[in-house]
Amino acid sequence: MAESTSLPFVPSRGGAVALRWLLFAVLALFALFYLMPLFVMITTSLKSLDEIRTGSLVALPESVTFEAWTTAWSSACSGIQCEGLRPYFWNSVALTVPAVALSTLLGAVNGYIIAQWRFRGANLIFSLMLFGCFIPFQVVLLPMARTLGFIGVAGTIPGLILVHVIYGIGFTTLFFRNYYVTIPVELVKAAKVDGAGFFRIFWSIFMPLSLPILMVTVIWQFTQIWNDFLFGVSFSQAGTQPVTVALNNIVNSTTGVKEYNVNMAAAIIAAFPTLFVYAVAGKYFIRGLTAGSVKG
Amino acid sequence: MADWLERNVPRILLAPSFLIVLIFVYGFIAWTAWVSMTRSRLLPKYEIEGFIQYERLFAAPRWDTAMNNLFIFGALFIVVSMMLGLLLAILLDQKIRIEGALRTIYLYPMALSMIVTGTAWQWVMNPGLGIEAVVRGWGFENFAFDWVIDPDMAIFAIVIAAVWQASGFVMALFLAGLRSVDDEIIKAAKVDGIPTWRIYSAIVIPSMAPVFLSAFIVLAHLAIKSFDLVIALTGGGPGYATDLPATYMYAMAFSRGDIGQAASSAMVMMAVVFAIVVPYLYSELRVKRG
Repeated sequence: MAESTSLPFVPSRGGAVALRWLLFAVLALFALFYLMPLFVMITTSLKSLDEIRTGSLVALPESVTFEAWTTAWSSACSGIQCEGLRPYFWNSVALTVPAVALSTLLGAVNGYIIAQWRFRGANLIFSLMLFGCFIPFQVVLLPMARTLGFIGVAGTIPGLILVHVIYGIGFTTLFFRNYYVTIPVELVKAAKVDGAGFFRIFWSIFMPLSLPILMVTVIWQFTQIWNDFLFGVSFSQAGTQPVTVALNNIVNSTTGVKEYNVNMAAAIIAAFPTLFVYAVAGKYFIRGLTAGSVKG
Repeated sequence: MADWLERNVPRILLAPSFLIVLIFVYGFIAWTAWVSMTRSRLLPKYEIEGFIQYERLFAAPRWDTAMNNLFIFGALFIVVSMMLGLLLAILLDQKIRIEGALRTIYLYPMALSMIVTGTAWQWVMNPGLGIEAVVRGWGFENFAFDWVIDPDMAIFAIVIAAVWQASGFVMALFLAGLRSVDDEIIKAAKVDGIPTWRIYSAIVIPSMAPVFLSAFIVLAHLAIKSFDLVIALTGGGPGYATDLPATYMYAMAFSRGDIGQAASSAMVMMAVVFAIVVPYLYSELRVKRG
């Protein structure tokens, strides 16, 4: 498809070669623009503070040191705590894994029901859920803070999991519904005639078909929840913060000397899981982004 | 009984999610709307007092700054991201052999947390040691690039970082749009000898109107919700110079102990989002049905 529909500036004369080189130069220049911050982060994290002060931002490190990495991981200070990013990294893991699993499961079941077991009102429910995807979360922060306190999970990781599951349902349902709606309803009808029930049909017919959308949803939810800052900073307390909040505390804590190399190492550590997922499953990540943007 | 259960399994299973959305989205919005009409300070009060919080809000210079910043930031962020995204998509559409690799490079910032993006750009734009120092090192002694600490320019520093993060995503949207334009029309235009730039400007781009619309919606939505990037890059400073509605709301809710202001500013944010999203959703759903 890509081959047949792209639209090249057809080379006609000798100038076409020059035009082609210009095209590559422009594309390479933009590639540099996008890569520059990552390059600077990596090189800065490998330099000593002295070298950072005397050397150039864009220079390669003269002597590579991993000191900043060990500091960032296990002893960097945010405020009065000096335990590095490590405990917060594991906080993020402990909240992201169950939140992604639960919200994806709920989305799969909801999507299956809305797309395939259409009953009266199901579409209204879907519209209401869809609408919920668009609200700025500021509008639910205050009542949520009180509710978490009321049910006794304020400032805890289970509380954060709950929040992420609740506000993830809209998107996960949307993903699965839009995927399942393309499967003909005759399939369910035939299976019902054969005596299969709701769960049997879901498990033996729909689940095996769902791998692509499962990947898209899991990656989308993982990226969203791992990268979340607003819920993390609003609903956590000392000790239960996710990695994004800890990173911001380390970087923007006002006490002491600014350790740029440690900041950069910490930023890379916080970014690593989502970057890794992007590198190995970028196709699904992009599909989720575009599906999330062309809603309805 | 078993039969009734079997028939109603779908309803029973959908009910919890429905209830959750009803309470935690719509119920909570109603709560916030209610509290925005009261004199709540550190603790919520429930006696309706009218629009005093909104009057306070619109009289507050800090909110004024936040809304101005939102319009500056939003407009620049949307326009620059769209232009850059479209340019990159068209350039990548020229049968480039390494298209896949370039796409991966242009899009990876979208996988990062805004906190990471803010941290990285805060360092790159550091006045003493960042780009400014690099360019001065090249011999341009008077070169100045201290936007992150300049109250008048800091909001533009945020635009740069935000564009860096989101423009690759816009490119991906436009590229998909370009590839879905009807091949026959393009071939016919080529046969007629219409130059390529005219094919783009008169046929391809106009036919991508829906893609422009969804890119606009996504970017506008991102702009209004922008919070993490500001916190990580400038912390809302210098002073309140880069406050956005989202940071204003957060400050009122969690550091100023002014719940009434937090609630009313959140409601204004939602009104702005809905003014943009509702017409779009409405038309989308209508097209689907028709």
